[in-house]
Amino acid sequence: MDTLIQQLLNGLMLGSLYALVALGYTMVYGILRIINFAHGDLLMMGALVGLSIIRTLQSAFPALPDVAVLLLATLGAMAFCAALAVVIERVAYRRLRNAPRMAPLISGIGVSLLLQTVAMLVWSRNPQMFVQLLPLDPIEVTAGDATHAGAITNITSLTTIGVALAVMLGLLLLVDHTRLGRAMRAVAENPQVASLMGINPNRIIVITFAIGGALAALAGIMMASNYGSAHFYMGFLPGIKAFTAAVLGGIGNLKGAMLGGILLGLIEALGTGYLGELTGGVFGSNYQDVFAFLVLIAVLVFRPSGILGERLATRA
Amino acid sequence: MNLTALISQNTASRARYGLVLFALAIVLAPWLVGHAGGNAWVRTLDFALLYIMLALGLNIVVGYAGLLDLGFIAFYAVGAYLAALLSSPHLLSQFPALAAALPGGMHTPLWVILPLAGLLAAGFGIVLGAPTLRLRGDYLAIVTLGFGEIIRIFMRNLDRPINITNGPKGISSVDPVQLFGFSLARTHEIFGLRVTSVYFYYYLFALLVVLILFACIRLEHSRIGRAWVAIREDEDAAQAMGLDTRRLKLLAFAIGAAFGGISGALFASFQGFVSPESFSLNESIAVLAMVVLGGMGHIPGVILGCVLLAALPEVLRASMGSLQQTLFGQVLIDPEIIRQLFYGLALILAMLYRPAGLWPARRGGAQ
Repeated sequence: MDTLIQQLLNGLMLGSLYALVALGYTMVYGILRIINFAHGDLLMMGALVGLSIIRTLQSAFPALPDVAVLLLATLGAMAFCAALAVVIERVAYRRLRNAPRMAPLISGIGVSLLLQTVAMLVWSRNPQMFVQLLPLDPIEVTAGDATHAGAITNITSLTTIGVALAVMLGLLLLVDHTRLGRAMRAVAENPQVASLMGINPNRIIVITFAIGGALAALAGIMMASNYGSAHFYMGFLPGIKAFTAAVLGGIGNLKGAMLGGILLGLIEALGTGYLGELTGGVFGSNYQDVFAFLVLIAVLVFRPSGILGERLATRA
Repeated sequence: MNLTALISQNTASRARYGLVLFALAIVLAPWLVGHAGGNAWVRTLDFALLYIMLALGLNIVVGYAGLLDLGFIAFYAVGAYLAALLSSPHLLSQFPALAAALPGGMHTPLWVILPLAGLLAAGFGIVLGAPTLRLRGDYLAIVTLGFGEIIRIFMRNLDRPINITNGPKGISSVDPVQLFGFSLARTHEIFGLRVTSVYFYYYLFALLVVLILFACIRLEHSRIGRAWVAIREDEDAAQAMGLDTRRLKLLAFAIGAAFGGISGALFASFQGFVSPESFSLNESIAVLAMVVLGGMGHIPGVILGCVLLAALPEVLRASMGSLQQTLFGQVLIDPEIIRQLFYGLALILAMLYRPAGLWPARRGGAQ
């Protein structure tokens, strides 16, 4: 029972991170029908830029309280990544809107390599210790006994879950109930017709990329806070898994991305938590990453449009 | 003689000249390179040939059939691990019963390993292809990427419960290639000329590249090759024309994978060592970059891309270090990082300005 609660908590935390990143994928895909392969690296850039801001603030204003530092760093990193995402769209994707489908994917891979290399140059190849600003002291959820440790959590991970849920709720409100949201849905439906209705599709696309970048940066900082480190390669796996989550929920669908993210986090946590027990220790947590890929393949084979996805264009 | 006949005769003789020149270049290349830069550069050339085999395999999947595969290195890994298991002491040390059955040790000859590696990799290609046949475009790309990572994760972790792959440590002391009692790993004296190991491997690899090239060219101009191109251009139309797109796509996966597997087996024997880290996503991307940069679906372009991108890191490594030394008095940026920067930029710029590659195929009038 303790294991179950522990893994559910872990899964929820992981899943809300995946969901934040998956939202970026799904929004861009919904409008442009391309996979922004560099999206995972925005998460990495967010974490590293955030770290630099924290270091600068702490040395310049030692009196600033920790929470304020974290808040400023998060906002700064989100703004940076929003701008970066807009630049990426302008440089690597805009010219390729009508190119063969493979072209934007490959230029996206190029951007991803480029961002990783830049990160290596600026922050070095070695993992950077992420400054802990929120307490990591364990909070007991269930009391353990002599044989089993109880389930524990901490402020950082609870904050992560809370903030992620709040942001997702905000995004849903934005898309469903504002003029901008309506314009986004219109462009996703049909850019030509949307532009006839007085919407500037380019503006909407830029805004979409910016929102995606900001969410990725938020996820990056949360991830770095939870794991205590940040490095140039940290964006790759979460990026791939978040994409999996987006596909799992039905790509192009915001609620789907959230559901898919949290579901994938739970599957991974429970899978790795119990795999060792079920197989008598033969397969352990080192197979964690296999889960996401197996889930992805299974979903695409049996339900190519995802859990909440409506229809998948034949040319997807 | 009318004009068209003259032109066709002209192009035929030009093609023949081209072929002769190409053959001469292949035979002489290691001597020129070796003379100018030593054995290390011939070794680079050997690796370039391995990459050409890989890229020709990937070219069938990506270039002809238009199926974007981001996990192609998995097939290379399968071939390499097969060769390593069949010609190293690793398995015998794990299974005493096997060691008792093979008192002479595990030394499978290359001509057994190569077909096996091709077949096994083709099998893996079909295993990957079958569930993903319905997927198109970038969905397929992500699934193949996942498949490549799964293979790598398994290779890294299959040292328990039974030690098959020896985990992250990899398998070492793989037998070097030995043909009819002639070891390619030693220096031999031929007609008074001391010829080192890298040259022998060069000619072995060159022979296989020529065989694979021949297969590719024949495939390209066959019914199957035309069917692949039809699928690439418009899958629905191809299906409407009565093509069995399922089987054709599986065939592309299988043949491409087989070439990858053969190349991997050669890699293991050449290197004498395999470990999971040689088969990361970055390698898949490197091979894809070669195909895309050179010109998808166009064999000369693909070869050009391989030679450029295989030689480039070595050239950069040799030049950038000393260049920085003279410019700034110290090595500021690791040449490896410069290489990655170049890769990233090359992929973006190639897509933006030459979406069909540096040396693309000439298309028919409609294009």
